[in-house]
Amino acid sequence: MVWQSLDIRRRSATTTPMPQAREAVEVAKLIDISQCIGCKACQVACMEWNDLRQEVGYCVGVYDNPPDLTAKAWTVMRFTEMENDGRLEWLIRKDGCMHCQDPGCLKACPAPGAIVQYANGIVEFHQEHCIGCGYCLTGCPFNIPRLSDQDHKAYKCTLCSDRVAVGQVPACIKTCPTGALHFGSKEDMKEHAEQRIADLQSRGFANAGLYDPPGVGGTHVMYVLQHADHPEWYAGLPQDPAISPLVEVWKGWTKPLAIGVMAAGVLASLIHYVMKGPNEISKETEKEVENETRPE
Amino acid sequence: MRRDPNDLDRYTASERVTHWIVGIGFILAGLSGLVLFHPAFWPFTMLFGSSTWTRILHPWFGVVMAVAFLLMVLQFWKLNTMGKVDWQWLGRIGEMVSGDDQNMPEQGKYNGGQKLLFWLLVLGTVLLLVSGIALWRAWFHFPVEQVRWAAVVHAATAAVMIGLIMLHVYASIWVRSTIRAMWYGTVTRAWARQHHRAWYRQMTGIDK
Ligand code: HEM
Ligand code: SF4
Ligand code: SF4
Repeated sequence: MVWQSLDIRRRSATTTPMPQAREAVEVAKLIDISQCIGCKACQVACMEWNDLRQEVGYCVGVYDNPPDLTAKAWTVMRFTEMENDGRLEWLIRKDGCMHCQDPGCLKACPAPGAIVQYANGIVEFHQEHCIGCGYCLTGCPFNIPRLSDQDHKAYKCTLCSDRVAVGQVPACIKTCPTGALHFGSKEDMKEHAEQRIADLQSRGFANAGLYDPPGVGGTHVMYVLQHADHPEWYAGLPQDPAISPLVEVWKGWTKPLAIGVMAAGVLASLIHYVMKGPNEISKETEKEVENETRPE
Repeated sequence: MRRDPNDLDRYTASERVTHWIVGIGFILAGLSGLVLFHPAFWPFTMLFGSSTWTRILHPWFGVVMAVAFLLMVLQFWKLNTMGKVDWQWLGRIGEMVSGDDQNMPEQGKYNGGQKLLFWLLVLGTVLLLVSGIALWRAWFHFPVEQVRWAAVVHAATAAVMIGLIMLHVYASIWVRSTIRAMWYGTVTRAWARQHHRAWYRQMTGIDK
């Protein structure tokens, strides 16, 4: 990879365009699930590079460890054992942020600049601007961001934007011993995926395919799935993810409309006052009341 | 303090204090909530210390407002039951708005508009409270689909409530000598006779 200038293409809670002039190569991570052995070296590399130390937990009866993503565990291997036509299959999915082209987290975030998307496609949280509302959790279709109990800021995978900026691949890619993880331009990754898929198909996985869901504009983390027709087999990977229509309504044109109506209400009151004048007590009423209550 | 022995008592001190708590709570909740509503209101963060403080404080302002308002509802709901004459009044609200209120149906302590507003605010407060709790990630953990519904309901209800309260405030400014009822609890007889004739008769025993 070449060095990348981290131009910000999109910025949360910002209503004017970000710099668009410079073109950038879109990057992607490709996770080839068929080559993953579940060794969790990538989890360790992520902790190492990002200086994260998730508290040591307990075994909850499955291999997943820690059992879920946390503010300090930005990637977690999710293990699924299943029987397919009498054959045991062990599906191991490296879970973490998908770096959506159309990120629901960014759309929902109310804090200017707390979430940005670089021109290369990486979505990053800038915790110093984060106010800890958790709206990103509400907006994300993949259940990725986590609020920290320690500082009430939201965290997730950065796709090692700091490494990518200086021409390095993300830490997880660097460490993967089997070559299940790849990183490069999105175009190259798609090409590589095609070869892998052709290979899988020739070896009996007729439905092997690429997971690059169009509902979120494609992602900058893609999977090669042995069973692309059943993404839900992989620990509930969504079939056709998209930003929830509720989030679209909540964060759509309804807001400027509501502000416009409120402003119109204030203006209408002012105009009403100017046109009609105050509603004062009439002189007759005042006189009548005087006569009733203070005769003589 | 009674400025004129003829003035009529409209609100007790405790009713006034509760109302001010509700009012201040609503303004603080509204200003801090708008920060999260749209970035156009981001400058309001400066009123609350910082953007993070705004997020932390907002639900507490809301809870104070909601609890005080629900106490107020206990004090006032009986006076706000809607009757036939209230619907008649609402049917002719156009005359009132155009400043020609001489022939409006006679009103008790509250007119139809005030009563309708009261019930809309009760509904709105309950919706804000329930949805606000679902949104409150610092303390509660609801399934994400419920939180999404809560976000839509909370934002929409808040926008409607802010509109209703602006109307409420404007009405009290437009109708002169009204605000004093919230400052020191009394109104003039003339005010009562003009705007709430039935209540005036009930208070004074004067049958006119
Ligand atoms: C009744 C108790 C209330 C509770 C528990 C509550 C709670 C919340 C919470 C948790 C949020 C998310 C941001 C945050 O974590 O601070 C929020 C947002 C908001 N609240 Fe409240 N709130 C309440 C009442 C109110 C009231 C009275 C208003 C005033 C109109 C209001 C207006 C708003 C607005 C406009 C937002 C932003 C919604 C958006 O993001 O679109 N809330 N509230
Ligand atoms: S997966 Fe979730 S957190 Fe990651 S970019 Fe998409 S919406 Fe944002
Ligand atoms: S928790 Fe932080 S990053 Fe997430 S939506 Fe709120 S301000 Fe944005």
